[in-house]
Amino acid sequence: MVHHPFRQRLSRRQLLGAATLTAAGGWLCEGAHPLTSIARAADHPALGTYPAGSTGSSVFIGITVPRTGTYAVQGEDELKGYQLAVEHINTGHDLIKKISPKTSKGILGKELKFGVADSEAKPNTAVQEQSRFISENKAVLITGSTSSAVAVALNKLAQREKVLYVAGISGSNDTTGKDCVRYGFRQCFYGQTAAAAIGPVIVKSLGKNKKAAYLTPDYTYGHTVQHSMEDYLNKNAGWTTVTNQVAPLGAPDYSSYLLNVANSGAEVLLNVNWGHDAVLSIQQAKQFGILDKMQLVVPYQTPFLAREVGSGLLAGVYAATDFWWTLEDKYPLAKTFVEAFDKKYGYKPEWGANNAYMEFALWADAVENAGSFYPPDVIKSYEAGRKLQSTVGEVYFRPEDHQLVRPVIIVRGKKPGDMKNKEDFYDVVEIIPGEGLMQKPDAFGCSLGSYT
Amino acid sequence: MNWANLLAQMFNGLVLGALLALISAGLTIIYGTLGVLNLAHGAMFMLGGYAGYVAYAYTQSFLVALIAGAVFVLLVGLAMERSIIRFFYQRPAEDQILVTFGLAICFVEIVRYAFGSLSKTVPPPPWAMGITSLGFLFYPTYRLLVVGIVIAALLALYLLLYRTRIGMIVRAGIEDSGMVDALGINVYRVFMLVFGIGAMAAGFAGIVNAPVVSLTPDVGESILVQSFVVVVIGGVGSFPGAVLGGLIAGEIISITSMLNPAYAYVMLFAVMTLVLVVRPQGLLGIQGRE
Repeated sequence: MVHHPFRQRLSRRQLLGAATLTAAGGWLCEGAHPLTSIARAADHPALGTYPAGSTGSSVFIGITVPRTGTYAVQGEDELKGYQLAVEHINTGHDLIKKISPKTSKGILGKELKFGVADSEAKPNTAVQEQSRFISENKAVLITGSTSSAVAVALNKLAQREKVLYVAGISGSNDTTGKDCVRYGFRQCFYGQTAAAAIGPVIVKSLGKNKKAAYLTPDYTYGHTVQHSMEDYLNKNAGWTTVTNQVAPLGAPDYSSYLLNVANSGAEVLLNVNWGHDAVLSIQQAKQFGILDKMQLVVPYQTPFLAREVGSGLLAGVYAATDFWWTLEDKYPLAKTFVEAFDKKYGYKPEWGANNAYMEFALWADAVENAGSFYPPDVIKSYEAGRKLQSTVGEVYFRPEDHQLVRPVIIVRGKKPGDMKNKEDFYDVVEIIPGEGLMQKPDAFGCSLGSYT
Repeated sequence: MNWANLLAQMFNGLVLGALLALISAGLTIIYGTLGVLNLAHGAMFMLGGYAGYVAYAYTQSFLVALIAGAVFVLLVGLAMERSIIRFFYQRPAEDQILVTFGLAICFVEIVRYAFGSLSKTVPPPPWAMGITSLGFLFYPTYRLLVVGIVIAALLALYLLLYRTRIGMIVRAGIEDSGMVDALGINVYRVFMLVFGIGAMAAGFAGIVNAPVVSLTPDVGESILVQSFVVVVIGGVGSFPGAVLGGLIAGEIISITSMLNPAYAYVMLFAVMTLVLVVRPQGLLGIQGRE
């Protein structure tokens, strides 16, 4: 409702064509990979962009991230993760080889190229741009989302066009739940999983029988995460919800919602908002004196949140997240990743970038193991459930709902005085293994659909 | 029904409405006088905020930031009118919409290129930080100050429009610019001024609002849509209409949020639709005016 009426028709960054990372020359011809893939091409009928998208010396990936609007900052971070992964895959970087052991250079000997378009975090824009990448560039993979509404829409496009889709940032229970598809895969966890991970931590620190207020963005991610949190806290710790303030994505002001929160008698404020919405609502909650009276909890952490809200507003605040850079102390692969990213971009990667990098690395592993770009072969390779090393330890995809089983990281905001450097915003308080935490694959009604 | 909350929300609606009134006043006098639907108005709001942010970064003075925000956007408005907009007065409305929309994209992307997408904050003056108790609610002190500043700005605009010779010409131009031209008044020079002042109103609102929100290059986008709604409700080209429309819009958002928060912004459009059905010229608009 609050979006610009003309934006729908005039997409802002239509172009941004193929941005190719320079790869070392001469290696494309080496090895027998191209020959084997041509040989295999003969075995399979044409499907989606196969074989047209993978007959040349390179393959194309369509990336849509929001570069404008409420989620622009997170979209840019995500894009950097993708770019680093492409560079590492094309040059055969050690980090990629540790995640995807069969990778040498490129994927099946083919160089990766990609195009980027601005999704504006809007499903229809993302679908339009990706359709173009599929029809014009014969993309073998589409990716990118910083909104579950986009992820769900691209899931459907992927299934219809028979082109693989790996979701970017998407925390909704629907993405690999009721809206799951055979052609879609997700790395970051369910909102339900975040709730199951952070719930016990919150109850332990804040106690039982609390009155809770929620700030919820009005779309699939917001509703499912809010519902999962409420479900956990009310059932397991006797919490009550005194108010749930649902606001549109990109609301310009939160004062009226915050007044309702202030008057609700709540003791804890659970802020499900994401992106700039999270920044603005937390800053304004401070202005209204709410943070002095209520404990703030962030069920699903937003990249850059601590940098943006500033002045120690997140000190003592618990949040569930996919990745935080100080995990480098625990995981060697995380250390390599953080160092490579910091060197290239000049800041410590946030979880959106980490998520994006891992998406491509895991896809590289799936394709190398399939030995072909033929989509059903790649999907079956994903579904084989190989245990892989990642930047957060061992992970694997569940064949039933295409969800990665991975740990959830619980962080707590540091006081400004306790920060060891300017990017040391959080303490990692717990790393909770995904196994046992994640609900059963059919809990949200996932039915994957057909391979062809 | 929680009466304390209702009172708090009604007050908050007033504060939200005051700011919308100022932005919309700028939009409506430009459209009323020049007939140009300025889709770059939201970008003016954003530019005011960023100009103020830069001024604050250099001087640490909020007052300087306020002045810089307003003056910078006034200059941008004048330059825009002289270099581009004036060539579009005689062209079809679609061309005007496209050119101002295009300019808005340019401004937003230039700012994004220069400052990045990470949000920027401008702190309020130290004495206006914190919270004030109004008896029935606790309210951020700076937001109270915003109301005062906006009332002063609206009053200044009112005096300019209704108590000066130039204001008389502007109002006459709104009614019938052809006739004003025929009377030997250089309408186009007035047009340039009106465009600058209209833009300045948005820019000034942008810097006044900066400590309340955190600035991003997209901050003007939703404001633009809302100010269009305000202008339609109040009556296109009507200065008092913009003020009334702004206050109504603020109250709608606040009070609806109390009953059902998810519908707060939707309701705004529902009321606009209702006004268009019952009174197409807007509450204080005059029938037949272009």
